[in-house]
Amino acid sequence: MDTQEKIADTELTMTGAEIVVRALCDQGVDTLFGYPGGAVLPIYDALFTTPELQHILVRHEQGAGHAAEGYARSTGKPGVALVTSGPGATNMVTPIADAMMDSIPMVVITGQVPSHLIGTDAFQECDTVGITRCCAKHNYLVRDVNDLARIMHEAFLIATTGRPGPVVIDIPKDIQFSKGTYKGPEGTQHKTYHPASEPHEAGIEAALELMRNARRPIFYTGGGIINSGTEASAALRALVSETNFPITSTLMGLGCYPASGSNWLGMVGMHGAYEANHAMHDCDVMICLGARFDDRVTGRLDAFSPNSKKIHVDIDPSSINKTVRVDVPIIADAGKAINALLEGWRREQHPRNDLSEWWTQINEWRARKGFAYEKQEEQIKPQYAIERLYELTKNRDTYITTEVGQHQMWAAQHYHFEEPNRWMTSGGLGTMGYGLPAALGVQAAHKDALVIDIAGEASIQMCMQELSTAVQFNLPIKIFILNNEWMGMVRQWQQLLHGERYSHSYSDSLPDFVALAKAYGGHGIQCRNPADLDAAIEEMIAYDGPVLFDCLVTKDENCFPMIPSGAAHNEMILGEITGDEIDESGKVLV
Amino acid sequence: MTQANTPSSPQSAYFIDDHSEDAIVRRTLAAIVDNEPGVLARVVGLFSARGYNIESLTVAEVDHKAHQSRITIVTSGTVQIIAQIKAQLERLVPVARVVDITTSPAGLERELALIKVSAATGSDERVEAMRLSEIFRARVLDVTLESFIFEVTGGSSKIDQFIELMEPLGLIQVSRTGVLSIQRGLPE
Repeated sequence: MDTQEKIADTELTMTGAEIVVRALCDQGVDTLFGYPGGAVLPIYDALFTTPELQHILVRHEQGAGHAAEGYARSTGKPGVALVTSGPGATNMVTPIADAMMDSIPMVVITGQVPSHLIGTDAFQECDTVGITRCCAKHNYLVRDVNDLARIMHEAFLIATTGRPGPVVIDIPKDIQFSKGTYKGPEGTQHKTYHPASEPHEAGIEAALELMRNARRPIFYTGGGIINSGTEASAALRALVSETNFPITSTLMGLGCYPASGSNWLGMVGMHGAYEANHAMHDCDVMICLGARFDDRVTGRLDAFSPNSKKIHVDIDPSSINKTVRVDVPIIADAGKAINALLEGWRREQHPRNDLSEWWTQINEWRARKGFAYEKQEEQIKPQYAIERLYELTKNRDTYITTEVGQHQMWAAQHYHFEEPNRWMTSGGLGTMGYGLPAALGVQAAHKDALVIDIAGEASIQMCMQELSTAVQFNLPIKIFILNNEWMGMVRQWQQLLHGERYSHSYSDSLPDFVALAKAYGGHGIQCRNPADLDAAIEEMIAYDGPVLFDCLVTKDENCFPMIPSGAAHNEMILGEITGDEIDESGKVLV
Repeated sequence: MTQANTPSSPQSAYFIDDHSEDAIVRRTLAAIVDNEPGVLARVVGLFSARGYNIESLTVAEVDHKAHQSRITIVTSGTVQIIAQIKAQLERLVPVARVVDITTSPAGLERELALIKVSAATGSDERVEAMRLSEIFRARVLDVTLESFIFEVTGGSSKIDQFIELMEPLGLIQVSRTGVLSIQRGLPE
């Protein structure tokens, strides 16, 4: 009896649609985000009888993708999205590309027209695997129902291992109907895909050697540490504390080291901290852990940290020497490499590096207070709004998502993160419209947490429709709009680069956000006076349901400090724009 | 930029090509891939998406049991770009491994070309074309009263040279396979 049950459990005959749902359950998926349509109806039929799988019905497929990303980023588990063929699939392209750029594990299931209609320009047909080939980590078109279970399990393996990323499974409708064999996820292996994750000992030794002799070291950390899991962040904290090296992070890595930590320099990059960028420029040993020398981080490449030896830990070999030449490459999972460095550092007794001069220098940079701004009594400064939001939410179980633009940078500068997985933002692709659906995904995974989408009035309108999803599923997300009536970052660049010709960057005909929230069944709040701000934020937090908070801020604020495009880290501008910050060669950069 | 490093310096755990120079080099890369639908599109798409150059490309299934294909690509770029191409190729899920045939001491490259030359019966050109074809060990595949078709195999430069010699004699048309590659000896 026992053995029979076992056989029955590992090899079952069922329809393709049932295989999909069974594989999701066996992979430990508890939530998926989707939108039905003709080519996925059999899967939706199978979901109808699987109440243990929570399905969040979005209002536009892009929302499903970003919600799955938010779910993945906040839980460390893969996000799952389910959409139909044709427009369903093409609407998913933005989240897929977004997840690829930010290395977010995601499995996307798309319906496809029946096999015999593929290639005939059938209704709602598109070449989904062709379209997503260049923006997904991997994709599949299922041709035989008996391959489906294997493909489902392989997809989760590929999405979550190595450098994580999105995997697309395109399933023709006839495959969903036909019967095939189901196999469980046990022992899933891909025949050619075997990413390395263990650090090479010689690399670790070489790195330790550089670290022991460093006089001006810096840790430059990134999203790879968050992807590696919470243990990686814990190991990083120990390594920082034992070495006493200063630490900075990319936008994607915020939270892996606590912002309250004494060695924290703030974020690096174009709108990063003055002290972080200067330290990156002047360091003698740079220890890059799970970051990829993105152009927003490096600024002008030939002036990037000119006098440092560089150690680069990355799980993706193609990240090594892609733009910046490094001295010690370590191809490994960030967490494993940090642990190996920590062990090595502890093993060998050696005099602690004398970093007093370096810290003195860093403290001089800190004293410049690069994030300072002029306070105002009559109007709310956007930085002030974030500061107050931080103060009033920091002691709660808070998760922050953002859209893309000035508000995103102010959030990164003025909201401070103590833990990983608390900050969800579209870093690589820079997708306006990411934050609201991502917040849904976070809230679906953390029902009792306070989930806030820090938004701009322009970005928020890109996926505004998902407020309806929030209301339907009782996901009490808070949308905090810094409303300056401009596409602020566009306006700032037009001021810097295009002679203050503000071409099409004004947010005209804005909706009445309070009325809009009400129309959707949520709660709207508007605040324009700094004196009322705290009470209004408290009201937002206290409201049991989705809130759209329209925070009217000063209109022409620029996001500083800033490394102008084409400039080096030590050429940051702190305040006023004079108009000659960017030369001709810098103007062609983005 | 940053300081140049010696290739596979003792402090490095991995071999890194020295790319302190910006000279463009030509390299033949062989990728062993799973022969599944779309794999060629992935490889070619990677080259176009990242702005790499393809000078020639050959592909065929070489192991029917394991469903593996060998894709030989001739490309050019700085040494840093070549290293990046290799790493990007290896990042593709169905790519098992990538070998740099040009820098591998065991690497062998061959190409086959079909070359049509006009040569009227009795002309000096006809005699000269025949004579050169013998030197290049080209086979005559087809002959008419006005033309030859030669089949010539060898490295790409040998074929280039033969074509160059045929030019003044009445070169009509060329068809080439692109470079094929294999490695000497037993697999490691």
